[in-house]
Amino acid sequence: MIKVELVKLLRRPRTWISVVLTCALPLIVAVFITVTHLVPPPGQGSAFLSAVLQDGALYPAAALALVLPVFLPVAVAVVAGDSIAGEATEGTLRYLLVRPVGRTRLLVAKLVSVTVYVLLAVLAVTFTAYATGVFLLGPSEAAAVGQAPGAGLPGGAVGPGLAGQAPTAGQAAGGAVTSLSGAPLSLLQLTERTAGAIAFITVSMLGVAAIALFLSTITDSALGSALGSLAALVASEVLVTLNAATVVQPYLPTRYWLAWIDFFRQPVFWRDIQRGFGIQALYVVVFLAAAWANFSTKDITA
Amino acid sequence: MIITRALVKRYGPVTAVGSVDLDVREGDRYGLLGPNGSGKTTLVRMLLGLVYATSGEIEVLGRRMPRHAREVLPQIGALIEEPAAYPHLSGRTNLTLFDAAGPGGGTARRTRRRRVDEALEQVGLAGVGRRPVKAYSLGMRQRLGLAAALIRRPRLLILDEPGNGLDPRGIRDLRELLAGLNEAGVTVFLSSHLLAEVEQLCTRVGVLDEGRLVLQDDLAALRAPTGRIVLDTPDADQVAALLDGQVEHRDGQQLLVRYSDAAALNTRLVGAGLRVSSIGAQQRTLEEIVLSVTGTGSDHIAGTP
Repeated sequence: MIKVELVKLLRRPRTWISVVLTCALPLIVAVFITVTHLVPPPGQGSAFLSAVLQDGALYPAAALALVLPVFLPVAVAVVAGDSIAGEATEGTLRYLLVRPVGRTRLLVAKLVSVTVYVLLAVLAVTFTAYATGVFLLGPSEAAAVGQAPGAGLPGGAVGPGLAGQAPTAGQAAGGAVTSLSGAPLSLLQLTERTAGAIAFITVSMLGVAAIALFLSTITDSALGSALGSLAALVASEVLVTLNAATVVQPYLPTRYWLAWIDFFRQPVFWRDIQRGFGIQALYVVVFLAAAWANFSTKDITA
Repeated sequence: MIITRALVKRYGPVTAVGSVDLDVREGDRYGLLGPNGSGKTTLVRMLLGLVYATSGEIEVLGRRMPRHAREVLPQIGALIEEPAAYPHLSGRTNLTLFDAAGPGGGTARRTRRRRVDEALEQVGLAGVGRRPVKAYSLGMRQRLGLAAALIRRPRLLILDEPGNGLDPRGIRDLRELLAGLNEAGVTVFLSSHLLAEVEQLCTRVGVLDEGRLVLQDDLAALRAPTGRIVLDTPDADQVAALLDGQVEHRDGQQLLVRYSDAAALNTRLVGAGLRVSSIGAQQRTLEEIVLSVTGTGSDHIAGTP
């Protein structure tokens, strides 16, 4: 069944169109930056953007930061929200179930398929952004985070101790880059940390996917479940910035979404990353369990 | 093949299916009749484990459903309301995916391909299997749905409104296909609101009315002669006079006579010098039977007691 779901995913035009569009945004941004040489000052704008002119190899991280707030969650919510509800609307759900495909098995196959889609989207963004960064913005010279031009230190050397300076995630974004100014990363380290960021973002998106998948088992409307999960994310974003909601903030799905930026600190600032992984794992487990409980006892009338 | 006992499905205060005792025997061509909204689809979905019964028992192919769905369903081909397929994929790819989705992962690819070919052939889609389904007409989609039901050479076909969307030619093809499969040993259970479809194909009928099974019998028994003769004659007055007391109904030149043997009556009338245009034993049509048990429109059933 997993194979069947993957064939359906990969042969569906929507999959590729959404991936291409997600990759297009960082490309457009890179073109503008290349033409104008204007980047946000450190500490402002989207994460890493202020540093990409000095180092094109950082562009994958900048690109991920660009697509994370809206593009990725929307794409994931659409695909995951469609997974059961879409089959119900199309009428294919009942035919799958009488083949028979067990309801639990179908749910697992859908989850695998959504995971593959998330990985596909994130990796596509990373690789196209790397190519964009290298070709448009110039190749990496010393691959140092937030490094001033011409201050290239030998690759692999760990800069002066900055461990204590790791700022809170609240500053996020560009702030990370300036605070680490001068601490160089070797290409290998950069690759490792980008991989860590990809893993973190993938898990964050799986949290979104689990919510959408759950809603997808409740309604027969793919649109409803996609928008419902996006509404949950927007609500979470609102509460994250609301001081009055401090009590619940650690449990909000988007609270640690940007924690992957801490992978690019020297050394890695693990606290928020760990919390982020933890809270997303919790969301995945809770919503998948709810999806399973609902779907396995549901009358299929569509 | 299919047995239900006191099967009930309620949605809140609404009873969709109320205490149905279905009995479909091996080799039957069973037609479940009923107007739209009578509970046919809910009943079919319960048989297939898609909808869970509120109470009652279901036994399909000798096993309890939905508990043994995993063993029972692979032997069943099903068409449930409209056919459905992934529109951007070809008919053939759709069948391949549906086939691969079910159990039997070890089946050789060649066997699966042959099965798909045969199913496409059976429903007359062999030439268009490579076209995307979104380019199919409604009739072609219905045939594709039927092909999907046939891939695994089922012992039992459960078809909900299989004639929907088919043109007269398509309906005839369907009838021949189902009759052929039935002769090869496949039990056919179909639901329909089209009397003619059921009358021409089925050997056994059930009638569902507002969630209740109001009739279930062999068609031959239901349509057994009524002991009355329908007679068409230009000499209606003389005939009525001759058979005084036995004429139950008269409508112009047509008479309904209580008489057991049409041939004997014919001889008697001709012997008396009366002309007979047509004569034959009265048989109730399925329509009359259904209308008489569902209780609606009984005033249309002229001449039946």
